[in-house]
Amino acid sequence: MSTMTTYQEVIKHTALSDEKYIVMTAENRAVVKELPPVLGNRFIDTGITEQTMIGMAAGLALRGRTPICHALAPFLIYRAYEFVRTDVGIAHLPVKLSAWIAGFLSDGNGPTHQAIEDVALMRTIPGMTVFCPSDHADMVAMLPEIWASPDPVYLRVNVRPDVYGKHTPFKTGVAEVISEGTDVTLLTYGMLLEETLKAAEILKNQGLSVGLLNMRSLKPVDEKAILKVAATSKLVVTVEDHFLTGGLYSIVAEVLLKNRTIANVLPISLNEKWFKPGLLSEVLAYEGFTGPQIAERVQKHVAVEV
Amino acid sequence: MTDAKHKELKDRAFAVREHIIRMSTDGGCFTGASLSCADLIVYLYSGYLNVNKDNLQDPQRDFLLLSKGHDVPALYGTFAELGWIEKDRLKNHLKSNDSIYWHPNRNIPGIEFHSGSLGHLPAVGLGIAMDNKLKGYNNKVVVITGDGELDEGSVWETLHVASAYKMNNLTIVVDRNHFQANVKTEDLIPLEPLADKFEAFGCVVKRIDGHDFAALEETFTQLPFHAEKPSVIIADTVRGKGLPSIEARADRWFCNFNAEEVESLMKELHGAATTTLTSETLTVR
Repeated sequence: MSTMTTYQEVIKHTALSDEKYIVMTAENRAVVKELPPVLGNRFIDTGITEQTMIGMAAGLALRGRTPICHALAPFLIYRAYEFVRTDVGIAHLPVKLSAWIAGFLSDGNGPTHQAIEDVALMRTIPGMTVFCPSDHADMVAMLPEIWASPDPVYLRVNVRPDVYGKHTPFKTGVAEVISEGTDVTLLTYGMLLEETLKAAEILKNQGLSVGLLNMRSLKPVDEKAILKVAATSKLVVTVEDHFLTGGLYSIVAEVLLKNRTIANVLPISLNEKWFKPGLLSEVLAYEGFTGPQIAERVQKHVAVEV
Repeated sequence: MTDAKHKELKDRAFAVREHIIRMSTDGGCFTGASLSCADLIVYLYSGYLNVNKDNLQDPQRDFLLLSKGHDVPALYGTFAELGWIEKDRLKNHLKSNDSIYWHPNRNIPGIEFHSGSLGHLPAVGLGIAMDNKLKGYNNKVVVITGDGELDEGSVWETLHVASAYKMNNLTIVVDRNHFQANVKTEDLIPLEPLADKFEAFGCVVKRIDGHDFAALEETFTQLPFHAEKPSVIIADTVRGKGLPSIEARADRWFCNFNAEEVESLMKELHGAATTTLTSETLTVR
């Protein structure tokens, strides 16, 4: 496994090594385009039919298969939400959902394509697991474990270049601790790790003790890590390309309340709004999610608190 | 079909209808939709499909999926008559100590998949049929849909895909009882010409009387109708079949009869009475 560096290499290896895997797509082949000749009839493109793909995946899973389903995030899980919930969720079948362009990655597409309530919707389904890798290397490290699991999986596919360079081995339900700090700890997931790393650096240079967690696994979530930073850091910041409702900020709130504790938490997310479409760099700057902007928002909050 | 076989099916369907009536009280059930489908289900499980209580683990057995779901009392009645479940167990209908409720679920052995949300099981059936094809098995997958259920776009989406993949091992059976929940299909979203619609989606269609066992036998034994196309059987049926007081009536969909009515309907099934229904049995859902 260690020699494989891309999603496509891992899925090819996985499917070729075990007949139980079926690669499906509702006509989105971005990360599986070399697979049709390799897998033959275990590559199933259902056309632009997300509902049928998910129902069919449930039928295949019922017979012992593990289908890995690809589509653009909003269509995979919003158009077909009731199929995911009802056919995959109720039966708790090992259907693996690989969602393309979730969060800010839909950049110039506009709100029809913005999957920024995906974590909220997927984590409400009993038994569904939710994973949001920070970059391609982070994702490749996750795939063997999440595809081997008996659980349904929602994955925010992320093929952006490695932004960190020294990811630790992945374990379901465990966050990656990039740094620890007592003034402020930034919690993030997915493609925003890149900007959050920059923000942490800026804040450190301003003399703050800064922690940073790459959450990786949103369900199950690393409750221990959340409780630890809540206890040891004066300020906790959640950074996410997701609606304020139902994402990491909500998860943190739930974990704290469940454990009868409280913390000073600043959410940086999309509050009751879709984001302004454009090139990714434009989106980040317009919505205030570049490294310097995140650092500035944190600084302002720290100043108010002090 | 031999006379003996015909009598066996008739008798079994009659007993199943008795079970359905008994389940139509103390909370009730979808009586009309169960009665329309009873003959179909009895026929399919009485030798046509290669499935029984002892071969459920056999990957090469056949599969029957109830997509409309409301007809599950007919299936439970059939299971009881075939000895898959104890007849006494049907008394647990709607009790929390069992899993016999208004829609199918896999806690009852023999139920292949849960339903209740319309337009799902054609796709799930397609997945099972695809697995069979990949493994080179010849077993059949039969999905029973309602006719009102055909309003759901996902049914047609799945037929599109099933045709593209030449799924000759998938059969859709429409329980064409001519009613949606509260009104006639043709008065709301007309389905006819229904056979033409299925044909346009690449299926081969036969239309028969869904209460005629000889016609069922003659038609099902011809499956698959085409080597490279899904098959569709439109089974014309009567909602509430067997009980003239509720047959083909828009207001007798979900029925929750009182004890007196149940006893009278049991006699009516035997042709010995007509029933004056006084209880409000229509539940708009």
